[in-house]
Amino acid sequence: MEITLELIVFIILALFICVSAILAATTKRILRAATYLLFVLFGTAGLYFQLNYSFLGAVQLLIYAGGITVLYVFSILLTSSEGDKAPELKSYKFIAGLVATLLSLGICLWVMLRHDFLPQHFEHGELNVRTIGHALMSADKYGYVLPFEVISVLLLACIVGGIMIARKR
Amino acid sequence: MIKMEYYLVVSTILMFVGIYGFVTRRNLLAMLISVELILNSVDINFVVFNRFLFPEQLEGFFFTLFAIGVSAAETAVAIAIIINIYRNIRNIEVKNLREMKW
Repeated sequence: MEITLELIVFIILALFICVSAILAATTKRILRAATYLLFVLFGTAGLYFQLNYSFLGAVQLLIYAGGITVLYVFSILLTSSEGDKAPELKSYKFIAGLVATLLSLGICLWVMLRHDFLPQHFEHGELNVRTIGHALMSADKYGYVLPFEVISVLLLACIVGGIMIARKR
Repeated sequence: MIKMEYYLVVSTILMFVGIYGFVTRRNLLAMLISVELILNSVDINFVVFNRFLFPEQLEGFFFTLFAIGVSAAETAVAIAIIINIYRNIRNIEVKNLREMKW
């Protein structure tokens, strides 16, 4: 397999995602964990762009990186005092978690790499936004108008629920 | 062309890093961040399967699109609950959280 520019970009993105994720799960300061989560989300958006799903990458950047991370940072600043560090975990719990995770990671990777997937094909070309819009708004066989409406109700319920739970009594 | 397995390896690592964080963290917000990592890895899987195996259909694409919306809703409600907990017991460590109702 020859080294192409595509492969180099993919390797950089993959390393960026993995290192940021490990740092997000292990760093002691929680504000840094939120920042590394932001980096993971950026890397994932990069993967979507590389797979020619620009619309999904834009949605990921807008909602995840733009909305959710800001929510996290606000709530971290509200709930933790300055210089707050995670307490040391008991070492046997830490080792048990690490061993269980590594074992299941190994099993999953082994199963996945030995599995014969359907024949893969990848052709370059942007997914048309017109296609997405038509699929999202049609009620035919591959149409998504029902989930579209349901998720709007879900978001409304979530707004009401969030206000109800977090308001001062 | 990059093989599909490479993307799947990245998403598997992301998933288990998230699970490790969820198991070992003792802070509610840090656990929520780990859940976010897990959700993100599943999103990558859906998009990659859609792109490489069924490029003429869009199921994985729309599943990811809706999963992003649902996870935004989930985060908002979870953070509301966490702030409510903070208001009652003045911190958000799991070990101090013994009662469901005050």
